[in-house]
Amino acid sequence: MPKITYIEHNGSEHVIDVKNGLSVMEGAVKNNIPGIDADCGGACACATCHVYVDAAWADKVGAKSAMEESMLDFAENVEATSRLSCQIKVTEQLDGLIVRMPESQH
Amino acid sequence: MSEENTSVVIVGAGHAGGTAAALLRQYGHAGPITLIGEEPIAPYQRPPLSKAWLKGEADADSLALKPQEFYAETGIDLVLGVRVEAIHAAEHTISLSNGRTLPYGVLIIATGARARALPIPGAGLKGVLSLRSAADAEELKAALTPGKRLAVIGGGYIGLEAAASARALGAEAVVIEREPRILARVACEILSTFFTDYHRARGVAFELDAIVEALEGESGRVTGVRLTGGRVLPCDVALVGIGAPPNDEIASAAGLNCQGGIVVDTHARTSDPDIFAIGDVSHRPLAHYHRTFRLESVANALEQARQAAAAITGRPPPPQEVTWNWSDQYDVKYQFAGIPFDVDEILLRGDPAGGKFAVFHLAGDLIQAVEAVNAPAEFMAGRQLIAQRRPISRSRLADTAVSMKEVAA
Ligand SMILES: Cc1cc2nc3c(=O)[nH]c(=O)nc-3n(C[C@H](O)[C@H](O)[C@H](O)COP(=O)(O)OP(=O)(O)OC[C@H]3O[C@@H](n4cnc5c(N)ncnc54)[C@H](O)[C@@H]3O)c2cc1C
Ligand code: FES
Repeated sequence: MPKITYIEHNGSEHVIDVKNGLSVMEGAVKNNIPGIDADCGGACACATCHVYVDAAWADKVGAKSAMEESMLDFAENVEATSRLSCQIKVTEQLDGLIVRMPESQH
Repeated sequence: MSEENTSVVIVGAGHAGGTAAALLRQYGHAGPITLIGEEPIAPYQRPPLSKAWLKGEADADSLALKPQEFYAETGIDLVLGVRVEAIHAAEHTISLSNGRTLPYGVLIIATGARARALPIPGAGLKGVLSLRSAADAEELKAALTPGKRLAVIGGGYIGLEAAASARALGAEAVVIEREPRILARVACEILSTFFTDYHRARGVAFELDAIVEALEGESGRVTGVRLTGGRVLPCDVALVGIGAPPNDEIASAAGLNCQGGIVVDTHARTSDPDIFAIGDVSHRPLAHYHRTFRLESVANALEQARQAAAAITGRPPPPQEVTWNWSDQYDVKYQFAGIPFDVDEILLRGDPAGGKFAVFHLAGDLIQAVEAVNAPAEFMAGRQLIAQRRPISRSRLADTAVSMKEVAA
């Protein structure tokens, strides 16, 4: 199973084995990792699953849809590396992925 | 109030209750947590039951809030298939349907709402379904095979989503609504018209201004819906979606203040300081409107779960959120935020014919609510402007040449 490292805003790291096919968001939520709220459960409707993806991984996680882009435009503390973690599907290619969480999702 | 080792008992293992249990552990609550639910399965998400799951695009695992082993691993005592019959607030105990009595230090009531039954002849026939639980959804999905005819009674979101999913599964669908338009209680007329047209173009029939008098059947199975006037719409399965009253009976029997839901404050605390109520069952303050209301949404369930968990673990209260919700029908992403109280103008931004637009509900220069169709920027900016209570320029808001970033700037 691909290992994903989730880093909370306060620096706490969680290294989790996430099943292929789940989203990066689900990997955090199902393991009760703080920092990703995911109010809409992955419907790309809430932007409370915001994470920063290390630049080195930008190509592997794939491109943003127009919907995701617009939602992110209005999220707090958005950066060039911002993504909605529910829109990133976990595959073997993402083994080792590191995502950081913003200070707050609301 | 910090009650580190107090025993927390949660009544109702749904979206709100399940989330509160997990958050209590996340926030460091060290005392016992018992989560009691009447349904036989661990907490799960209901929204996909009328959407992705019904269409076969999501599996049961993805519905579950947490994996099965989560509860044991985090020391949450999950008691399923058991109903809480009564709350004895003075004694700090509850009685369960299995005959046991359980003490609590703090109680969280998260009993949700139930599908309103249709009080007409034939409502008990086989094939007359409602859609609240995973079990209901299994029954509906099994009935929606290609060529089957679904009659949806009640043109609300859940009914419309079920009709859209039925079409995706190759079944026929007719939506029967008592009002002259669908979504009459929850959306403005522009939205009603847009969705009616969108569904019609995809083969859904509508009976508006129509009152259902009885369900007809043969050998105990539903065969049609009879309207006043005598016309019968033939069907193989009927879905009743006419609202969801709160499961607040055990709370009002225990003497808690209830007014169409259990009355709570901004910490989700009821009139009894050791009892919280969260989710669909609560009647809560809406900070941005200086009013109280009963909300039925995941966002509300989660916000109140955060409020209760924060209060119980002595954390600062989370920020007050603007209520919001979404609905997926076919390829339409519909998102809405706020509630249109005291509105003096309904402002349209974009063109419904183009399938991408938003409706803003204004009171003076303030946005009270926004309904957005395939318009995430309008939704997100609208939600923020409602929260900030910031005046906007109506003419700029109506002008799609001015971006939402600029409107909100
Ligand atoms: C088909 C469908 C689609 C939906 N779509 C959306 C959507 O797109 N967006 C959105 O925001 N919301 C949606 N909702 C609403 C959302 O699911 C609810 O707002 C949410 O589930 C509320 O959570 P809750 O925990 O308060 O109630 P529930 O999730 O209903 O949980 C309450 C639980 O308590 C149990 N219970 C009740 N009484 C007792 C008792 N006495 N003892 C023990 N257990 C008891 C019930 O069996 C139930 O399991 C939808 C709902 C349905 C049914
Ligand atoms: S979970 Fe809601 S947008 Fe990702």
